[in-house]
Amino acid sequence: MNVTELVEKASTRVKDFKAWVALDSTNLTDGQQLAVKYFIVAVILFVAQILFGLLAATQFIWPGFLFEFLDFNVNRMVHINAMVVWMLYGFIGSIYWLLEDESQTEIVGLKLGNLAFWVLTAAVTVVVLVYLLIQIGPGKDSSLWLINEGREYIEAPRWADIGIVVVMLIFFYNVVATFSKGKWSGIAGVLTLDLVALAGLYVAGMFYMTNITHEQYWWWWVIHLWVEATWEVLVGVIMAWSLMKLLGVRRKIVQTWLYIEVALMFGSGILGLGHHYFWIGTPEYWLTVGGFFSALEPIPLVAMVVHAVYDSGTHAFKNGNHPALAWIIAHAFGNFFGAGVWGFMHTLPQINLYTHGTQWSASHGHLAFFGAYATINIAFFYLAIQHWRGGVWMGEGIANAWRWKWALGLLNVGVLGMTIAMLVAGYEQSFIERAVEGSTWGGYFTAQNHPSFQSAMSWRLLFGLVTATGLGLLVWDLLTTGKGETRKAKVIAQH
Amino acid sequence: MNEEPLWASESFWKKVAIWVTAGSFLILVVLTMDSLSQTSAGGTRVPAYAVINKKIDYQYQEKLHKSIPVIGEDEFLFGQEFSEDEARQLVDLGKKTSQAKNCMNCHTLLGNGAYYAPDLTKAWLDKGWINTELREDMMMKFLMDPEKNARTYGSNRKMPNLGITEPEAKGLIAFLKWMSSIDTNGFPYNFKTIYAEE
Repeated sequence: MNVTELVEKASTRVKDFKAWVALDSTNLTDGQQLAVKYFIVAVILFVAQILFGLLAATQFIWPGFLFEFLDFNVNRMVHINAMVVWMLYGFIGSIYWLLEDESQTEIVGLKLGNLAFWVLTAAVTVVVLVYLLIQIGPGKDSSLWLINEGREYIEAPRWADIGIVVVMLIFFYNVVATFSKGKWSGIAGVLTLDLVALAGLYVAGMFYMTNITHEQYWWWWVIHLWVEATWEVLVGVIMAWSLMKLLGVRRKIVQTWLYIEVALMFGSGILGLGHHYFWIGTPEYWLTVGGFFSALEPIPLVAMVVHAVYDSGTHAFKNGNHPALAWIIAHAFGNFFGAGVWGFMHTLPQINLYTHGTQWSASHGHLAFFGAYATINIAFFYLAIQHWRGGVWMGEGIANAWRWKWALGLLNVGVLGMTIAMLVAGYEQSFIERAVEGSTWGGYFTAQNHPSFQSAMSWRLLFGLVTATGLGLLVWDLLTTGKGETRKAKVIAQH
Repeated sequence: MNEEPLWASESFWKKVAIWVTAGSFLILVVLTMDSLSQTSAGGTRVPAYAVINKKIDYQYQEKLHKSIPVIGEDEFLFGQEFSEDEARQLVDLGKKTSQAKNCMNCHTLLGNGAYYAPDLTKAWLDKGWINTELREDMMMKFLMDPEKNARTYGSNRKMPNLGITEPEAKGLIAFLKWMSSIDTNGFPYNFKTIYAEE
């Protein structure tokens, strides 16, 4: 078979697929068309995240699996990078989605925005291919510039960092120019300032340093001030807008809540950064500052739960998109439990001395990233698909409703199951490796070989498979829900 | 028209949000400047790179209820004394190698990273290296051919061959030795060093 035949065959397949999903892009505005491009890549990366997570989880049980072909460090790097990037894609998509509605004008700089999407997506593809095919390099600057930087979560090589900053600037330009042309609002103001912080912070992670204490200091500026501050505010913005659209909550209420959340989030989260500065060589005062402020971090998350549940209650759960609202509620609780409760459990230095660097962190990480960020992105995917199908009915009695319900159930049970399994493993490690054995290599392996750790890893893999099944169902549902639906969505008025 | 109470006022909370954010950030900037100056290499918390010429131990202090690094007499690395500049270059090679080989996605360094392999914070002091005479040689061999010299502790988990060259291995050992001298506020707790065994 020659190349032309292959290309022809592939394009027929794509056409068949498009005919099968039967989505009509004329239902979307220009900004929304750009948004759904981001959502599509986000879903693909979500699948990659789960796939590589399963490979890494398997290696915990059978260490010889893919040894020296796709080693644990490669799988784990792709697992966490795919996660960070799909969530960013989801956020960027969500912002493009709400931009025109919120500013009440057409998007400014659409061509540039589209170009930025393709540049970013091409860069992400190259980075992942290099991760998989080249993996590591010699101890030289060129490895950090071209292959990977070897720094958890922000492994992307330096050339890609620069590309990411350029794309973020274009995105920022789209947002600010559109609001300036149209109408500013409280939501627009918070969003703009948050994006300045989000983009600015990334630069803090773009330097190589010999001094590991300094390097980890700045590295946490990016990681913590992203996921425990600016990302949280970003989802606050997205949630505020969603509650207006889904439930018809009045603008004054969501914006006042948003300001309260920003005050609580930044008031606790900025100095809460100190909980990463307990053990990296930084001064002792961080034990006090970090312990105190990070202990306050759950408060804004409680406020968000109250906000979401109260608004849903006062509007008697009357809404135009059941799956989206269900995922918003999952977000409110997931954020509170995953980021809030699971974070609080090991944030005080007296406990963290034993739990730092054990499966505790992995347990917290899984529930927090899923609960706080995956959920709200999925809610947005459902909003997008509803409009893509022409604003169809997605309330009571939608066809094949079992799919979204089972996807919701399996994904939540799967992640919660993994979280509990890793929590058990983390407890065991804290006691045996840390408290009893004093963190030597011998102690590490004594804990890893312990039956309770081993069985926890098996449970984790099992629940990982449950999660993967849920994801499969979610993708299927997103592609098919609303197909053939003739009823129009209920119009929710603000009240 | 009813007077709006302060706690329900949008503009009041807007001001609170701005002031709280600006205030917190300002405090963070001040603490950052102080922390960076206190943790420059050559200070009391993070020793100069030439500390690799010295014996480094990590000893429990009854009074403080934690262990702290203790810098002792000369104990050269690879039988050689390094100037501060040479030591910095060697540690730098090791640090760069640790990033280029993606160590952090299996191991933890200062407790941060992945949890598939042991923490490297005090790896230089680990009693797994049996004694101080064998240590350097064992580390070199392990780093350059981890498969043949596997240290699995009955777990079947092996470090893959990462193509680490001899200079890179030396750099990594220097980096690990230097890192073990950082004052980490007593993390890890209850750690018994190779010297405690001897």
